[in-house]
Amino acid sequence: MKLINQDTFKAFGRKMEKYWTRVGQGFVNAGNNCIRFVSNPKKFVSDYKQKKREMINDIYVPLTHNPENLLEVNALKMYFPIKQGFFKRTVGYVKAVDGVTFNIKHGTTMGLVGESGCGKTTVGRTILRLYEKTGGEVLFDGQNINKISKKSLRVKRPQLQIVFQDPYSSLSPRLPVGEIIGEAVREHKIVSPDKYDDYITEIMEACGLREYHKDRYPHEFSGGQRQRICIARALALNPKFIVCDEPVSALDVSIQAQIINLLEDLQKKFGLTYLFISHDLSVVEHISDTVAVMYLGGIVEYAPTVKVFKNPKHPYTQALFSAIPVPDPEVKMKRIILEGSIPSPANPPKGCKFHTRCRECMEICKVNVPRNLEIEPGHFVACHLYDEGAIAENKKLVEKNSATETAPE
Amino acid sequence: MEKKKINIKILSFLKEKKEQIFNKESNYISAKESAKISRKNRKITNQIEKQRKRRNIPENEYITQMKNAENVVEFDNVHTYFFTDIGTVKAVDGVTFDVPYGKTVGVVGESGCGKSVTSLSLIQLVQRPQGQTVEGEIRFNSGEKVYNVVKTPERIMQTLRGNDITMIFQEPMTTLNPVFRIGAQVEEVLLLHNKDMTKEQAKEKTIALLELVGIANSERVYRNFPHELSGGMRQRVVIAMALACDPKLIIADEPTTALDVTIQAQILGLLSDIKGKINSSIMLITHDLGVIAEMADYVVVMYAGRVIEKGTAKEIFKNPAHPYTVGLMRSKPVVGRKVERLYNIPGNVPNPINMPNYCYFKDRCEKCIEACNGDYPPEFQLSETHFVSCYLYDPQLKEGESK
Repeated sequence: MKLINQDTFKAFGRKMEKYWTRVGQGFVNAGNNCIRFVSNPKKFVSDYKQKKREMINDIYVPLTHNPENLLEVNALKMYFPIKQGFFKRTVGYVKAVDGVTFNIKHGTTMGLVGESGCGKTTVGRTILRLYEKTGGEVLFDGQNINKISKKSLRVKRPQLQIVFQDPYSSLSPRLPVGEIIGEAVREHKIVSPDKYDDYITEIMEACGLREYHKDRYPHEFSGGQRQRICIARALALNPKFIVCDEPVSALDVSIQAQIINLLEDLQKKFGLTYLFISHDLSVVEHISDTVAVMYLGGIVEYAPTVKVFKNPKHPYTQALFSAIPVPDPEVKMKRIILEGSIPSPANPPKGCKFHTRCRECMEICKVNVPRNLEIEPGHFVACHLYDEGAIAENKKLVEKNSATETAPE
Repeated sequence: MEKKKINIKILSFLKEKKEQIFNKESNYISAKESAKISRKNRKITNQIEKQRKRRNIPENEYITQMKNAENVVEFDNVHTYFFTDIGTVKAVDGVTFDVPYGKTVGVVGESGCGKSVTSLSLIQLVQRPQGQTVEGEIRFNSGEKVYNVVKTPERIMQTLRGNDITMIFQEPMTTLNPVFRIGAQVEEVLLLHNKDMTKEQAKEKTIALLELVGIANSERVYRNFPHELSGGMRQRVVIAMALACDPKLIIADEPTTALDVTIQAQILGLLSDIKGKINSSIMLITHDLGVIAEMADYVVVMYAGRVIEKGTAKEIFKNPAHPYTVGLMRSKPVVGRKVERLYNIPGNVPNPINMPNYCYFKDRCEKCIEACNGDYPPEFQLSETHFVSCYLYDPQLKEGESK
């Protein structure tokens, strides 16, 4: 929703410009370039923005930057509009990411795990501003990523890189490898032109590629080598932070180990910070320092890796971890099998989002959204089970319900 | 003068490039050579196809006897080759193992090791005419007769497929036809293989099957289209289809790879439940060692088209013998077992065209000994059920050392 200013009318000639002084002040661009006439456009626009903010419930306490952290994400929301009908009106939102809060310290790795469709990838992409966020804020090195202009974002981009999931579709088949890696280096002027060739060679060797691979095309490489090219492409821009979006799930077991080792080596060498998105829990346990478990757009548990894997608190985390198959025929796991599948993020359940599949579901879970509790230092859980206030409330609710059930008799 | 200099420069550059192309381990082939190869291939494949397409093939050509009556399937030195225009790809090169009655056999290996082609050879769905099983026998015991699947004509194969041998594929969405309702797709199998079944009976059976695989509102799902179901539900439907005719053998080709961890747990639980209920064998193909450990009684490890190790699940997981198996186990991080650095097997899988004649794993192996330079190692027996193809376990060599 935007005010239509005088310049827009100027483009249509002097006559239209005159027209604007008469009536144009009342026009409003109501999205999709549909022009609407209102009596007080300024108030209309501000009202609309307020209404939208209320609709997505975008309320949060602004962050104060902690210099220990490289990335701080606060109440991040990413809603995708569902459009319907002839005029493509927005009828609802797919709440892909719904209030996610975490931070990553310099030189560490955070693992983000969850089922497919829970919004892991969207978090990664929204942080890089590949999607424009709906609500919340992202601070990178103390700077709000979403508030800087496109021009200064372009300068910032080399510091934030991403490695995509599928090395087969994320490389252009028409460019030789040297050009894939070097294109952005030239564009962002990372090194002077006379050092360019040596620099690319250096980066390729750091990622386990040979110099003569420069002139080859992506189809000549195997999956593992392609993923190395993707990592080299990200690394060539001298980034501080890399989002690894399932970098090993498309690869074989023995190649997986190579890529994970490479990522770890590079982290030590260049002091990189990773956000490691994966659904493979064993890989996440190996590589990350802290882990956040996501379910249906929200983080249900967030803690250092050791704490989460030794002592998972949230019922969803417990079920997820018990489902990992262990390569030992004698171990018979006590498996918690979750019934049903993940609900639609367009119409998530009320109260706690997990209550439809939870074993320990209480009455309160169906009504109230759980708070994010810090049960141990650094160990956050969003569950009513660990909230004494909620349990007390639950008792009241149960009594109330039983009273209403017996009342009609 | 200058022109000549430039010409010489260009020529030398071209020469250099040419040398680069031909010397480096690339499988570059000129169009002429490629045409020659394809002509040769056509000769071979035409001959095989002619053999197969004869009318009224006598029964004694494809009916055989099982070596061990307790087995459902016996793979006996199977060779399945693909005759491509750049050379012959030996996808399966001498595979021998058995699937005992009522047991689960897990086949593990990386992608491209020939595990899927092995299972496709069993149900004769290898892409023809390029893909051909050129040697060996696959004996399948259907209860009354024993078929050598390799030589069985298409007409008889059709009565076996979906009836006695069924397959669960990796991707449930591509297995199901998007334009037919679930009910129609499951019924089709039933009506095709049971000629005297009426439509009402088929519907009843279908709904019973859907309930068997744990679909709660089976009446509604019967009328649904595949896209209306979630991934886990679709895979359940595919399993129901596989169970429709009480098969002797179910081949599950990576049944849980496309699914989430929690849904995977559901499906694995379902498969092991069902195996007990209908008493059939399962051939489970996967690259996930965790899944194998949980499901399988016997494990077959494949590498580059050959079986390198086989044995019971306990033997393979407790004392893996082949260096590749050991490497595979160590390279996968395990929850609760913290290692500083993951082990990685150096190098890559060798090029399937022009395989060396020594052990295929030699170039990547850390425990290489002198004998490895010789021929491809035969199978050595470690225990009653445990076999491995590696010279490290050659009893003759060990004797020589002790002397």
